[in-house]
Amino acid sequence: MDWLASNWRTVIDLAGQHLYLAGVPLLLGLLLSLPLGWLAKRWRGAYPAVVTTSGLLYTIPSLALFIIMPIVLGTKILDPVNVIVAMTVYTVALLARTVADGLISVPDHVEQAATAMGYRGLRRLVGVELPLAVPVIAAGLRVAAVSNVSIVSVASLVGVSQLGSLLVDGWRRIIWGELVTGIVACLVLALLLDGLILLGAKALTPWRRVAGGAA
Amino acid sequence: MIGSLLSWLTDPANWSGSDGIPTRLLEHLTYALMTMVIAAAVALPLGLWIGHSGRMRWLVTATNAARAVPTLGLLFAASLLVGPVLKGDAAYLAPSIAVLVLLAVPPLLAGTYAGVEAVDPAARDAARGVGMTGWQVLRQVELPCALPLVMSGLRTAVLQVVATATIAAYIGLGGLGRYLVDGIALGDYPRAAGGALLVALLAIALEGLLALLQRRLVSPGLTGRGRRVGGSRNDDESVAAEANARTAVAPGGRPGTSS
Repeated sequence: MDWLASNWRTVIDLAGQHLYLAGVPLLLGLLLSLPLGWLAKRWRGAYPAVVTTSGLLYTIPSLALFIIMPIVLGTKILDPVNVIVAMTVYTVALLARTVADGLISVPDHVEQAATAMGYRGLRRLVGVELPLAVPVIAAGLRVAAVSNVSIVSVASLVGVSQLGSLLVDGWRRIIWGELVTGIVACLVLALLLDGLILLGAKALTPWRRVAGGAA
Repeated sequence: MIGSLLSWLTDPANWSGSDGIPTRLLEHLTYALMTMVIAAAVALPLGLWIGHSGRMRWLVTATNAARAVPTLGLLFAASLLVGPVLKGDAAYLAPSIAVLVLLAVPPLLAGTYAGVEAVDPAARDAARGVGMTGWQVLRQVELPCALPLVMSGLRTAVLQVVATATIAAYIGLGGLGRYLVDGIALGDYPRAAGGALLVALLAIALEGLLALLQRRLVSPGLTGRGRRVGGSRNDDESVAAEANARTAVAPGGRPGTSS
């Protein structure tokens, strides 16, 4: 507690960094996953390809991916861009399949009804299919958010500062206050993102709140 | 950059001795195996029992929620707690393996529990109907039916352990992680990148091997191999997809990882 009282400004700064490094990839990953998931639904042949590729990408350990990134991107090892891109890769690996599953889960008769009412192509996707897939996509997004927050802390080992820096420094200098602060701050951030997504999903699916929250 | 990486990988000096690639690889595999044996001894019976009896489900939820704890923080905390008490190799080995086990248990437990839980009640009833005892139902019906999800949990756990063992090199553990951590500490990028490449390849190879093992172990009657599965969409599927996304989102339908 003493440690936190005298260092809270640093903690806030690092939490901001952490949020940026975990949050931006979450948004980028979602944006990239939407077309990928749609492709996997539209052409069933693409579905196994999406699942296999994302599974393979997710397999690569985080520290290894952070270190390999400079070779792929041609950046410097300390560049935060490495972390942003690596985290986006993980997010897409998690979400592309989820988006596909969410879109596939929209019942046939609903799509046919929408088509009969004049919804076509992109309008049907954005106006009918995506809103109905929100619960599935949001569930995937919550897992991605929590795991992103945890993985980003590993980036402190390659010298990119965020809340993980508190963990490394607290361990090196044996300052328990700093180490515990780092862990708790990561947890709080993960819960915060998780809650935010939950609220967003609720706001986007008002029909789920009526009729005693059926399904 | 790629040139220096290749010359590190092909340098014969890096392929022998106590810091050689074969030794480090063997260390990495040994840690993973030790961890998985301990974790399986805890998680498999517990998961089978929770799934079979339907009691203590909160335990699965609780271990899943623990995923949000940063693995790096766990490693450091364990190292500070245990490190000063133990001497020699045990000072880093014990906390590392303890954390690795802690991380391997949730996916294994969730996979085993979900697998047994998801067994078709009709199959369970039929087994009881032909006179099987509770133990026989568990061994001959529930376990084989649960195997796909158990294996998914196992695969997730193995990946998690391989990834975290790499990070544990920072608190002194051996294995391939040494190249990454030492490479960064010494500013020797080819060494770090070479190690990173080896770790990534190891993870992918293990994943492939376990996928093959799963194909061999799981009864063809369960996977739908050799028979066409209709692609009809209905409301049930929407519920299933959401449940799937919530509990087992990771690619390949595995319970999620975070490292």
